[in-house]
Amino acid sequence: MNIELVLFGVFAVMTLLSAGLVITARSPINSAMALVSTFFFLAGIYVLLWAHTVAVIQVLVYAGAIMVLFLFVIMLLNLGDAPHRGKPTVTRLLGGASAAGLLAVLAVTLGRMDAQPARLDAQGQATFGTLAAIGQSIFTTWLLPFEAVSLLLLVAMVGAVVVAKSRI
Amino acid sequence: MVPITYYLLLAAALFCMGMFGVLVRTNALVVFMCVELMLNAVNLTFLAFARMHGNGLGHVSAFFVIAVAAAEAAIGLAIVIAVFRSRGTVNVDDIRTMKH
Repeated sequence: MNIELVLFGVFAVMTLLSAGLVITARSPINSAMALVSTFFFLAGIYVLLWAHTVAVIQVLVYAGAIMVLFLFVIMLLNLGDAPHRGKPTVTRLLGGASAAGLLAVLAVTLGRMDAQPARLDAQGQATFGTLAAIGQSIFTTWLLPFEAVSLLLLVAMVGAVVVAKSRI
Repeated sequence: MVPITYYLLLAAALFCMGMFGVLVRTNALVVFMCVELMLNAVNLTFLAFARMHGNGLGHVSAFFVIAVAAAEAAIGLAIVIAVFRSRGTVNVDDIRTMKH
């Protein structure tokens, strides 16, 4: 039995289970907690794909910063147990049908392709997915997009303050 | 080795679950969380294709997606707070001023 396949199976099942909890949980807090565990299990999947750096960023940025923001807003709004009605049954059925349809199309298409991981040489194995290789790529070839993203984050920060503040 | 197809199928399932959540949930915060699920599915696809081709470009793309997702979450949650201040609800079905 292949240990990599076993690990993938465990992480994949746990990811899908927690994602299911996110969309079915009644309270937003429970959804947020399930989302945190989804991010952690996805980080495990990323490690199996040799994307160690992205896995660490996933835990730091998603499971750390973004989820703190979500929890902060949930607690700030203090929604309580207001009686909330869901969407009408027709909408639920149509939503489920369209999601299932998209999944079926994607599964059939993906099932036809036989994609295997690339066989990397010794040099590729030493550098693939490392922080050094990604940093080299970002700060040389993709320097302009990187600066654009930093500008975007600044604009988002200022915009969030302006939108959320009641009076300036 | 695990075939890349399995990872792509997992990403497709995750994306469809996120899409289902966006379509059927009424709480704006949960809708946002489902959007995050979809973004993560896209990231997983990027990383799977990076592994398939042995090319690090997919990792750079995933990095940028995470940065844009952070900006999106900040702005989106600020809008949710502003709407809650003026309307007192985060139910997406009750916020329909711009609909008609």
